[in-house]
Formats: sequence, C-alpha cells, structure tokens
Amino acid sequence: MALQSLDIKQRSATTTPAPQARQTIEVAKLIDVSACIGCKACQVACMEWNDVRDEVGHNVGVYDNPADLTENSWTVMRFSEVEQNNKLEWLIRKDGCMHCADPGCLKACPAPGAIIQYANGIVDFHQENCIGCGYCVSGCPFNVPRISKKDSKAYKCTLCSDRVAVNQAPACVKACPTGAIQFGSKEDMKDYAAKRVTDLKERGFDKAGLYDPAGVGGTHVMYVLHHADQPNLYSGLPVNPSISPLVALWKGATKPLATLALAGVALGSLFHYVMKGPNEVSKEIEAEVEKEDAQ
Amino acid sequence: MIRDPKDLQRYDASERANHWVVGISFILLALSGLAFFHPAFFPLTQLFGGGTWARILHPYLGVFMAFFFLLLFLRFWKLNRMTDADREWLSRVKEMVNGDDHNMPIQGKYNGGQKMMFWWMTVCVVLLTLSGLFIWRAQFNVPVDLARFGAVVHAAVAVLMIALIMVHVYAAIWTRGTLRAMWYGTVTRAWAKQHHRAWYRQMTGK
Repeated sequence: MALQSLDIKQRSATTTPAPQARQTIEVAKLIDVSACIGCKACQVACMEWNDVRDEVGHNVGVYDNPADLTENSWTVMRFSEVEQNNKLEWLIRKDGCMHCADPGCLKACPAPGAIIQYANGIVDFHQENCIGCGYCVSGCPFNVPRISKKDSKAYKCTLCSDRVAVNQAPACVKACPTGAIQFGSKEDMKDYAAKRVTDLKERGFDKAGLYDPAGVGGTHVMYVLHHADQPNLYSGLPVNPSISPLVALWKGATKPLATLALAGVALGSLFHYVMKGPNEVSKEIEAEVEKEDAQ
Repeated sequence: MIRDPKDLQRYDASERANHWVVGISFILLALSGLAFFHPAFFPLTQLFGGGTWARILHPYLGVFMAFFFLLLFLRFWKLNRMTDADREWLSRVKEMVNGDDHNMPIQGKYNGGQKMMFWWMTVCVVLLTLSGLFIWRAQFNVPVDLARFGAVVHAAVAVLMIALIMVHVYAAIWTRGTLRAMWYGTVTRAWAKQHHRAWYRQMTGK
C-alpha cells in the first residue's frame, strides 16, 4: 500500500533498508481465549469487511466451520475438548496469522514486495507482487498462509491493515460480543493481558499466562491462555515456535556466499585462460599425423 | 563441405541434439532458478515474462530436462565407467590444470575428469529432480518439513550444478578444438591423439 510507504519496516526479497523516516507505535490484537464463547462473529466480520466468501462446505462432525483456514477464511475458530484437573474443558481458539515480529513467511519469500512488515508490526501480503511459489507456507511456523487454487496467490489475515491505517480496530475486534478480542498498542495489550492473567489465577487457573512467543521475536496477535504452560492443548498452538532452522539455513548467509563462490568459479576460469593459456593441440602431434598421412 | 574426411566422428547427430536440448533447458532452468535464489537475481524473471511465469515454467522445464538427461545418461554411462588409468589421471590433474599434459596417462574417449563430471552431474540431476518435486506446490502438497528440506537441498545442489556446468563449459573452451564436437560432431585426428590417445588408436587402428 503506497500510502503507507513511510511506515514500512521490512519488505520481502529486498536487501536494502526500507524507508524509516516515520516511526509508529507497535499495535497488537489480544485474544482472550478464556472469554471466547465460540460464536464466530469474528469470522463473519472478517469475511464481511474483507469481502471474501468461502464456499459452503460440509459439517465434519465438530463445531469447526470452515474446518481450516483457506484463501477466503483468514480466521477460524478451533474447538478442542480436553481434560484438565479431571474436568472437561472446551477450549476455543481463534486461529489466524500471528503477525510475528520475525516473520518466517517474509524471510522465505523470493518476490520483492510481496510481503511487507509495517512499522506497527502488521505483516501483510501484497498479492499483486505474489508469484505463487508457496515459500511463505514453508517459512511460517504457524501454518497460516493458504495458496488459492484459483489464482495461486497466497492469502492470510491482514490484521485489517486498511482499517488500522485509518485508526479503526480490525473487523473481528469490532464484532466480538464478549470483549474477548482487544486491540491497541502492544504495550497496552500486554498490560490488559496482565490483568486478565491475574484474574484467571485468582479463579484457580494458576498456569494462566500470555502467549507472545519469543522464538519469533514476539507476535502482534497474542493470546491469554488459561493453560499457558501447555499451548498445544489449544488445537496444536506451537509451544515454542521459531523459524525452522532449515528455513534459516536456506535463507541465511549461505546464499550470498554461494553467489560469491559461483562468481569465483566464473572469474577463476577466465583468469585461468588468461594466465595459463589455452590447451592447444601441439604442432608436434599435428606434424606426426601429417607424416602418417604422407606415408 | 567436409574439411578433412579423415576427421574423427566423436558424436552422431542424435547425440549432439540430445546434448543441446539438455544444455538449453539447463540454461533456462539456471536463469529462472537463480531468480528465486537471491533477490539480486530476481530481475531474471523478466526473461520469462515475469515472476509468476518464471514460477510456473521452471518446474516443467525441470521435468523436461530430467527426461532428456536420462536419455543422455543411457547413451553415455557405459563409456564413463572409472578405470585405474582414470584414477591415475585424476591424481595428476594439477599438472593438467597447469597446462602440462606430458605426464598424463593415456585416456580413452573420456578422461577421468570428464567421467567425474558425468557422475556428479547425474547425482545433481537426480537430487534436483526429487527435491524439486517436494517444492512444486502447484502439483504436490508435501508435509511442511519435507518442503523445507527440499528447498535447502534444491538450492544447495543447484549451486553445485551451476558451478560444475561452468567448469564443464570452460574445459571445452580451454581445450581448443573441442567445441566443434558439440556443434558438428567431428574432431581432428591430432586433437584425438593428444587428448584421448587410446580412443584415437581405437578409431584409427594406429
């Protein structure tokens, strides 16, 4: 989004610094899992605001609907039934892009400007620059981006970057009837979460805590969890997510070094020719062959 | 218009055509692949009609090259079996690179270096094809760790193969009188006698 070009922090497949004249505060969305009733108003609001509609699917026997994130469903409620302290607990997590401070998708993306990280922390896909390779899917530690079968472009939650740019909260936040989704500066959201965690601890959830995983530099979508010691209870939320070491190896210092090595082979060949001369057929052997012909 | 009817036939027309098909597809693969390798090379996608087209074409070109490389492999693998003379040649390769071939052992149609090149390229094409299938997201959807592993292998082997091809091309330019074998199939007898004497004897009976 060109209007926000001064607010860009990182741009995919770009090796020079982004425009950094203007600094903005970091924003965050806080999802209080303990206050979520699973009504899916956030899913509806997301489709409504972004004007995307998923295909009508089938009931797969659980409340999850749609069953997974798709190019048209950028957020889904995931329902899991777990037993904790001999009691059944129904954990409902609103899944979607976590807007990592260290985004694996952006690191993996080979197309310049297809993935942008704004100074406020939002990680946005720009489909007009997307080439459809799916490297973002390999890069993501949370299994979020989805490639459209129709146009081969990658899609995910934008954290309503268009709304946030004009000082509006994301659509899901606006729609949530219980206040389970909060939006504001990352600082404020952490303070709010601390209060919620204290409250949960008083109610007997002594492992309650904030999910803001350090392995990806923190996230701009955070969860308040009643069982922060076991994030995987919540439909497989990763315990300690980080960019895979394979992705780090694939996209790290090795590539510039390999490029230099290739340049070395090319230049080495040229200078070998210049310094050692060509490997010619010797006059001596040519004369031998001619002599044989004359006989 | 044969300059010298006594020139030796090194490759027939179908072998040459096969080599060119593989060579052209390799160059296209290297150019489109490098575009995704590092942002510095991304402008190369313009040669293919933009980033999306490069992404679409690259894997199909890969399958195409793998098939024609297989044909090339089937034609030449028997001639590339390593012998003791090849190992001896390889142990002296430093002298050869320094431009002194006087002490190099007599070689057949291919010397030890060419044979090593053949086998290394074969390994590279196999690894590139397999790892390429793992990251061909338009066709296959493999578990994410396999796709990550495939991406690393694909990038690493691609660099190795590009370096090998550079050496392959340079060796053909450096050794004067070689390129014509690729263009129209023949070499002079003096060339054969100097570089591949055992093959020269086999071809001429001398």
